[in-house]
Amino acid sequence: MAIEIKMPALSPTMEEGTLAKWLVKEGDVVKSGDILAEIETDKATMEFEAVDEGTVGKLLVAEGTENVKVGTVIATIGGEGEEASAPPPAAKAAEPVAAAAPAVAKPAPAKAAVSAADPEIPAGTPMVSTTVREALRDAMAEEMRKDDRVFVMGEEVAEYQGAYKVTQGLLDEFGGRRVIDTPITEYGFAGIGSGAAMGGLKPIIEFMTFNFAMQAIDHIINSAAKTNYMSGGQMRCPIVFRGPNGAASRVGAQHSQNYAPWYASVPGLVVIAPYDAADAKGLLKAAIRSEDPVVFLENELVYGKSFDVPAMDDFVLPIGKARTVRPGKDVTIVTYSIGVQYSLEAARVLAEEGIDAEVIDLRTLRPLDKAAVLESLSRTNRMVVAEEGWPTCSIASEIIAICMTEGFDDLDAPVLRVCDEDVPLPYAANLEKLALIDASRIVEAVRKVCYR
Amino acid sequence: MAQPARPRAAKKPAPASAKASPEASAKSGTGSTGETALPQGGVAGDDASFALRSLQQAHANNKRFDASDEQLLEFYEQMLLIRRFEEKAGQLYGLGLIGGFCHLYIGQEAVAVGLQSALTTGKDSVITGYRDHGHMLAYGIDPNVIMAELTGRGAGISRGKGGSMHMFSTEHRFFGGHGIVGAQVSLGTGLAFGHKYSGDGGVCMAYFGDGAANQGQVYESFNMAALWKLPIIFVIENNGYAMGTKVSRGSAETAFYRRGTGFRIPGMDVNGMDVLEVRQAAEVALEYVRGGNGPVLLEVKTYRYRGHSMSDPAKYRSREEVQEMRENHDPIDGAKAELLKRGVTEDKLKEIEKAIRARVGQSADFAESSPEPELHELYTDILVEQY
Ligand SMILES: Cc1ncc(C[n+]2csc(CCOP(=O)(O)OP(=O)(O)O)c2C)c(N)n1
Ligand SMILES: [Mg+2]
Repeated sequence: MAIEIKMPALSPTMEEGTLAKWLVKEGDVVKSGDILAEIETDKATMEFEAVDEGTVGKLLVAEGTENVKVGTVIATIGGEGEEASAPPPAAKAAEPVAAAAPAVAKPAPAKAAVSAADPEIPAGTPMVSTTVREALRDAMAEEMRKDDRVFVMGEEVAEYQGAYKVTQGLLDEFGGRRVIDTPITEYGFAGIGSGAAMGGLKPIIEFMTFNFAMQAIDHIINSAAKTNYMSGGQMRCPIVFRGPNGAASRVGAQHSQNYAPWYASVPGLVVIAPYDAADAKGLLKAAIRSEDPVVFLENELVYGKSFDVPAMDDFVLPIGKARTVRPGKDVTIVTYSIGVQYSLEAARVLAEEGIDAEVIDLRTLRPLDKAAVLESLSRTNRMVVAEEGWPTCSIASEIIAICMTEGFDDLDAPVLRVCDEDVPLPYAANLEKLALIDASRIVEAVRKVCYR
Repeated sequence: MAQPARPRAAKKPAPASAKASPEASAKSGTGSTGETALPQGGVAGDDASFALRSLQQAHANNKRFDASDEQLLEFYEQMLLIRRFEEKAGQLYGLGLIGGFCHLYIGQEAVAVGLQSALTTGKDSVITGYRDHGHMLAYGIDPNVIMAELTGRGAGISRGKGGSMHMFSTEHRFFGGHGIVGAQVSLGTGLAFGHKYSGDGGVCMAYFGDGAANQGQVYESFNMAALWKLPIIFVIENNGYAMGTKVSRGSAETAFYRRGTGFRIPGMDVNGMDVLEVRQAAEVALEYVRGGNGPVLLEVKTYRYRGHSMSDPAKYRSREEVQEMRENHDPIDGAKAELLKRGVTEDKLKEIEKAIRARVGQSADFAESSPEPELHELYTDILVEQY
């Protein structure tokens, strides 16, 4: 059976080219690797080589022919010991596949599995006052005890006990095999972590702060986030990238940034940004168990704050679920991370003015709990989004888009956002204060949407 | 049907010449002295003209800069200014007048002073990381505007918007002041690219730490700097630690001056606790770089007496270790002893000390008393132009 040799596409955009020169003639015996022809594209002249063995049958397109469409049969090669057969009559340019494909309806995305609600905390469970820092450490330690594949890697995580002391005690308990100090090479160890995850381990990669993850963002996005999809579900990258995110205190522009909107824009990532200690613990445990790459955004300013954490053997929270931290009926404040603190302060002030604000902590930013946002909006009909981060292309922007497209009929006022000022964070104390969100700005925005 | 044929580039590359072109032609006079005397490690040994260690040899042959009394006195004053300035900054931090991260240069003074005294201000360029106060003072930048930046005042060199880690003086061609570890190495290579591109005869001096020396972009920059023979001196200030990580815990090759070998960048191992040795190393390096031979890598061995930043308890090393460096290797004490030996009087040195204390005190007063930036400054300097 003769093999048809077709005009090849030599670049992703090539549609046609010039058959500059034949380097074989009819009757020649060719083997794999022999050069058949030179083909000119608009960018370069390329050699075109045989992959099959056989005898050249007909050369169907003459040397020097221009505008030969990709896919046109240009020659035939007969199989071994076989006479090259006559060409099929009237070889014509193959139809571009895309044009021939029938229009298909856009498929609905696969239904997400219904995610569980927060676990019931059995009556009588003691609550233990725990700092966010300790809660994070406890989450890692519990998962490491259970699963030998889990390890922690990052700068100063072992001997120094963590630059912010989040990994305190882990080296003592788990040893140097599983608690690993790295050099200052974020791109390298994010890649090593991602590779280890692909190979079957469950790394927790600590960035000293997420500002330094910028060195490594290629691996987070191009390596970790896209692998499962690109491999058709074959290859996973179950990794947690964690560390403090957002403004700390007077550390200047290069060390003060909220990356939540950056990561939350990437399909293939899970993005979590807890506020209190119980959420930090329950969600970090869930993140470590997840088969997906998780970006886990902490906040240095709340590391030292104490909150109640239920003393349960295995306190795990569902990813993708917002939490109502304060129920209310007049207005909804949607927020996350340290924004929760300011929003609760604002709600207290508003209560004195007779405005009953509901505060929703998103907790997970991707996938975002739209249902919780829209449900609250359907009751309060007014919304403010509070976010410690820049306003443009923010999580707040996303919430507003959701309300516009899916909650329009429930809105009694435009949704307002309270974000940081749209500037790099300054060092000077007075300017820094001016640049960051606070409770009073949230109060003001709430008054506006309530027309007070 | 299977893809019948696979394209490939038409033009086969010309066979690579068997040997890299010898660099001998580019060597300056100081260059080729000791090469044959050195044991060949086998790496560069197959190319006798490749004199990676020749600069080291030149430095070893003549270690200390032949400073006049006036020069040595000047170095001493500059180092003392940095020391007293940093001590004052530490105090102001303790009082809450300085916030955020503040990285002191105490112990490392001879590095910036020795190296930068060999540069031509306004022609050559300097760039460093966040531990930048000393490099600015060594370049003669007014202590008032540095201290006022530390306290976040409108009169600060970055108008209070940058802080300790982000200070710049384009007038002095001092390009910062960078908070992301390793970034300054690529940026410095870009400054060197600019020197070569415009033919202004300048050389860039890019400082970074032993920790920063492990960042990938450092080696990307090494390769391009050597490939394009850019006028840059890479200075690794090896102070023994990157935050709490001792060099041996973070680096497979702890002889940092060798880190350029794979890129054919000659390295020099320099004692950073003696300002005259540092200065002499700068002379050797500058002659090579100004000769159009491409980059040099200096590893300057030094020590920081204080914690990494103000919030570092520095439990990763012993008191004795710090004490040993302070007592036996202090660069300022060393210069002082030498000055006395040369016949400079105790009184003269006391006078200098007094003047410097007064100068630093004045900068602290200025930094405390000058006002915070005006609020509208929050929105200035984001973009240059209006759109
Ligand atoms: C990309 C990046 N990673 C981490 C940090 C946090 N960090 C700041 S300084 C430092 C140690 C650097 O040590 P070294 O390069 O030896 O310089 P030294 O502080 O000793 O002068 C670290 C890890 C950072 N600023 N940037
Ligand atoms: Mg160091």
